[in-house]
Amino acid sequence: MKLTNEELEILAILEENHRVPVETIAIQIQLSEEKVQQIIKKLEDEKIIISYPALIDWTKIDGKENIEAMIDVKVTPKRGVGFDEVAERIYRFPEVTSLYLMSGTYDLSVTVEGKTMKEIAMFVSEKLSTIENVISTTTHFMLKKYKHDGVIIEGKQDKDRRMVVSP
Amino acid sequence: MSLDYERYLANTANHLQPSGIRKFFDLAASMKGVISLGVGEPDFTTPWNIRETAIAALEEGFTSYTANAGLIELRQEISTYLEKSFHVQYQAENQIIVTVGASQALDLAFRAILNPGDEVLIIEPAFVSYAALVSIAGGNPIAIPTYASNGFKVTAKQIENAITAKTKAILLCSPNNPTGTYLNKQDLLEIAAIIEKHDLLVLSDEIYSELTYDEKYTSIVTIPGMYERTILINGFSKGFAMTGWRLGFLAAPPELTSVMVKIYQYTTMCAPNMLQHGAIEALRNSYDQVETMRQSYRRRRNYIVHALNSIGLDCHIPGGAFYVFPSIIRTGLTSEEFAEQLLKQQKVAVVPGSAFGESGEGYIRCSYATSMQQLQEAISRMKVFLEPLLVREV
Ligand SMILES: Cc1ncc(COP(=O)(O)O)c(C=O)c1O
Repeated sequence: MKLTNEELEILAILEENHRVPVETIAIQIQLSEEKVQQIIKKLEDEKIIISYPALIDWTKIDGKENIEAMIDVKVTPKRGVGFDEVAERIYRFPEVTSLYLMSGTYDLSVTVEGKTMKEIAMFVSEKLSTIENVISTTTHFMLKKYKHDGVIIEGKQDKDRRMVVSP
Repeated sequence: MSLDYERYLANTANHLQPSGIRKFFDLAASMKGVISLGVGEPDFTTPWNIRETAIAALEEGFTSYTANAGLIELRQEISTYLEKSFHVQYQAENQIIVTVGASQALDLAFRAILNPGDEVLIIEPAFVSYAALVSIAGGNPIAIPTYASNGFKVTAKQIENAITAKTKAILLCSPNNPTGTYLNKQDLLEIAAIIEKHDLLVLSDEIYSELTYDEKYTSIVTIPGMYERTILINGFSKGFAMTGWRLGFLAAPPELTSVMVKIYQYTTMCAPNMLQHGAIEALRNSYDQVETMRQSYRRRRNYIVHALNSIGLDCHIPGGAFYVFPSIIRTGLTSEEFAEQLLKQQKVAVVPGSAFGESGEGYIRCSYATSMQQLQEAISRMKVFLEPLLVREV
């Protein structure tokens, strides 16, 4: 799908901060508010804007720290449906937070969230590896998140180091 | 025994005007919680690929001098860049010099062309360095004022009226600091005709050429008859967010570069080697990032122009750079008073227009190279500051 420059600009603004009022967007890209509203609606209807989640660092909140694991899964694709059917069986589990089909030495990359390591181990051994057509699983526990979805979570950020007034 | 230092100092240096910006810097720097619209540089940090390349160059030991005019690879990239982006042709071997910022390119140009008493036309309001650099090089800066009523554009007639037997060159800066005014092809054609008629040299400060918002940049060099008489000055500071790297360049006919490179070899030798490697990366692989920054400035320009007009400060929409230059005449304050009171009362730093020449009086320079959140906060503080001033008027 080809987007206009205005549509692309609106996406850039919302991707940075989806709470910018329509009025401000309209001024920033020199369109009427109605037009901006229309474009946003179109982008949502087309599922180009899928949702407006907040990026939350749960590790900062006592009692809410989750454990995450990335699991490499090898599967035998099924005649007629390929990987899609197995994938669906996996992504329907609420513990699964992301699922990608990969090229390379394994097929599916599954991200799972749980309260404890044990909980995740249980999910892998009892739910994931027992699915028909799953040949093997390799589980990697995530130790630290440095960057997520383009946002640096732990580490050095660029600071504004400019002098207050300059020529 | 205390010395009479006056006796030792050179007259020209001793009598240089201190920059009007300096005073505000001192005041603003001493306060906490200031939102600054006074910063003349990008709010982006240099793109990481450029920084990473310079770090690698340092690790690999690129710590020696380079050729005076700069690394040949960098000059080749500059040559390609000028051709691709602005459709102007310069030979890497003998027409381009890599300098320590556009600032030094300006200095080299003035030193290379000015004899004592030669006049240089400067369109004001103007970047603070021009007049001082002309004086240091022994010339006389001649200001031509411009006005909001004409979008701060100079007219051919004004230029013609300012020309004397001693006029040697004219300095053009588009997009302009502090007004943001962009001279389009039509404007340049008119100016070029006068320049040719009076056989002047042109110093074209194109440091903001990456930052035009309504049309693609036109360099005066592309106007027939101008290439032979122009020293093109540009750099990495603004478009690539590399102010602290101190890297710029100039391009000119070989008869001029050969003289400038002589001055350069005795005063500076060359620009820092490892940083020049970063600049090569900037020109090879950063156009997407430059474009992203450009769009971000454009959105903020549109916001701040709208917001300033709506709180009562008349402001035209500038074609480039990251400054707006609203009128504060309605407040009855001078631009210095305005800037000082705004800073003290509401902790918003702006630069008084008078710092950029007499015709800047009655205006302030606001830089919008600051986050949208900060811009919005600055506007609401300015609104509070303006209310009593603008009520009194009615
Ligand atoms: C119009 C103009 N020319 C030149 C310069 C200096 O640029 P550089 O950092 O390349 O020395 C500036 C910086 O503020 C500027 O605004």
